[in-house]
Amino acid sequence: MIYEVRAGDIEHGGSASARIKADLIQAGICPSVARRAGIVSFEGEMNLIVYSSDGGTIAVEVGPRAVVIRVEDCGPGIEDIDLAMTPGYSTAPDWATDLGFGAGMGLVNMQKNSDRFEIESHVGLGTRIACWIQRRKDTDRSSQKESE
Amino acid sequence: MTVSDVVDRLGLTVLTGSVGVEGAVSGGIVGDLLSYVLGTGAPDQIWITVQHHANVVAVAKVVGLAAVLLADGRTPDEAVLARAKSDGVVLLQSDETAFELSGRLHRLLTE
Repeated sequence: MIYEVRAGDIEHGGSASARIKADLIQAGICPSVARRAGIVSFEGEMNLIVYSSDGGTIAVEVGPRAVVIRVEDCGPGIEDIDLAMTPGYSTAPDWATDLGFGAGMGLVNMQKNSDRFEIESHVGLGTRIACWIQRRKDTDRSSQKESE
Repeated sequence: MTVSDVVDRLGLTVLTGSVGVEGAVSGGIVGDLLSYVLGTGAPDQIWITVQHHANVVAVAKVVGLAAVLLADGRTPDEAVLARAKSDGVVLLQSDETAFELSGRLHRLLTE
């Protein structure tokens, strides 16, 4: 599943993530995993809206062991990833902070809600973030079906 | 305790009709930073905030909150109400401040 997010489209911010969570539950993924995927997606979606030059995509893969969320854009790229990952650090514009975004917690929340987190960014080229969220065999409906 | 019980006991206004008001309430969270609620909120909590734009509805949906309680008489526009209704997110409202509402909700849930 691939969801496109437009830069600056604050009005629809979170729509893709709400749909991702609902689609995962529909696919039989247990609610707590779908919820973590929704949170990871939401932060990625808001980053695309607030910071990206031309928007980007959120790709969702349901693998046998994990749900993988990949957020990608084509710029502007992050100069210092360690600094961007520091809780509280933000370069958000005033309009975003007025709405309660840009608290410097987005990337941290993505990492916190992932079992494996990878980020790669190059100024002028863009940013790629991949988050793996392990599925829970005990409560996944779809994995129960697979094992039947 | 359900959202409906909280509405009755605290004298709140329900902005989104009857959908979701029978949902369970397990606790509360207070704040106006969306990432704080995303990172700290838990399902079935009531979120007390003065933010009242459409992204609040998405946060409530993703976290699985029982309801969003708009403090200080904050009123969402029609588009936000429509999005909340279509997403099944309960929006509540009160003229009291977030501080007053937090205290009253906490007392109610721990009495």
